[in-house]
Amino acid sequence: MPRILIAVFLMALVTYIPRVLPIAVFRREIKSVWLKSFLRYIPYAVLGVLTFPDILYSSGEFLPSLAGTVAALFLAYKEKSLLTVASGAILTAYIAGLILHI
Amino acid sequence: MNAKEDFCYGFTKGLPIALGYIPVSLTFGLMAVSGGIPAWTAVLISLTNLTSAGQFAGTNLILENAGLLEITLTTFIINIRYLLMSLSLSQRLGPEITLTQRLIFGFGITDETFSVASIEEKKLTSAYMFGLVSGPIMGWTLGTALGSVIGSVLPEAIGNAMGIALYAMFIAIIIPPAKRSKPVLNIVLISIGINLVLKYVPFLGFISSGFRVILATIAGAGIGASLWPVTDNSAGVAQNQSNMDGGDVSRCREY
Repeated sequence: MPRILIAVFLMALVTYIPRVLPIAVFRREIKSVWLKSFLRYIPYAVLGVLTFPDILYSSGEFLPSLAGTVAALFLAYKEKSLLTVASGAILTAYIAGLILHI
Repeated sequence: MNAKEDFCYGFTKGLPIALGYIPVSLTFGLMAVSGGIPAWTAVLISLTNLTSAGQFAGTNLILENAGLLEITLTTFIINIRYLLMSLSLSQRLGPEITLTQRLIFGFGITDETFSVASIEEKKLTSAYMFGLVSGPIMGWTLGTALGSVIGSVLPEAIGNAMGIALYAMFIAIIIPPAKRSKPVLNIVLISIGINLVLKYVPFLGFISSGFRVILATIAGAGIGASLWPVTDNSAGVAQNQSNMDGGDVSRCREY
């Protein structure tokens, strides 16, 4: 049991440090347009990379995951809330899974 | 706006994130407990880590009995992206915000709170940041507690389907700005393309998934910054979003 707690503590530490280090020590304004643009685009790039292709296997099987992905893309395109998009994707993947195994 | 209004405004901006976190953290609680981690430890992980991809990966490694070094390193590599987000946020915070305040609300920087904060048009205040992160912290922790408890009674098919929640949340964040900004859409597609190449081209297989995420992100955002430099502050990214919550701010102020 202590081993798990040590692992949790280390995970928390290496999650906290990258989050606070820049905002804690870096106060100057960045002048470079390229660097500003780069930082501006980071979140879109990283979320795209984290999502694809992993989402296509996220529900265990490919087809239900694909159905859930399409549902998520559609709901997000309609600008639905985070909760609606997440629940819609889960529900679609679930139903697709049921249909697949009839 | 004064501090209280800023806090309230931030809190209303954080509420949809908090709600969106519930299915995802529920999935996490489910996964952790079904793997043999006690419910209270799963909740502790969410409360102290407050991150999606990193803690999912770290917890999987704990369940596989991996070494502490591997657990720490993998979690760190997945979380390096926060360095870039935090650096980006550092440009938006006023000099009046103290170190202590930064050390506290900095804990609450996630993919989602960062995205919401970075599309705000104005300079960010500490009250806004505290308001923004408090809801998501609660949502993430409560969802995990809920998932830990119902994990044992939930049918396997539902548990499987819930695996998509994390990614659906990411999609909900990227699509609206990508609709409004061609550069954003291009950058997302380029980054994903690079990610696919790194993942599936055989001789690149030695690159671990954490490093792959970093490489593809830096390359995608770098190409984007070179081809479509941002000259104004908003980047045409999400102008419409800030108008949506006007009514909620006044409601929040009543409490």
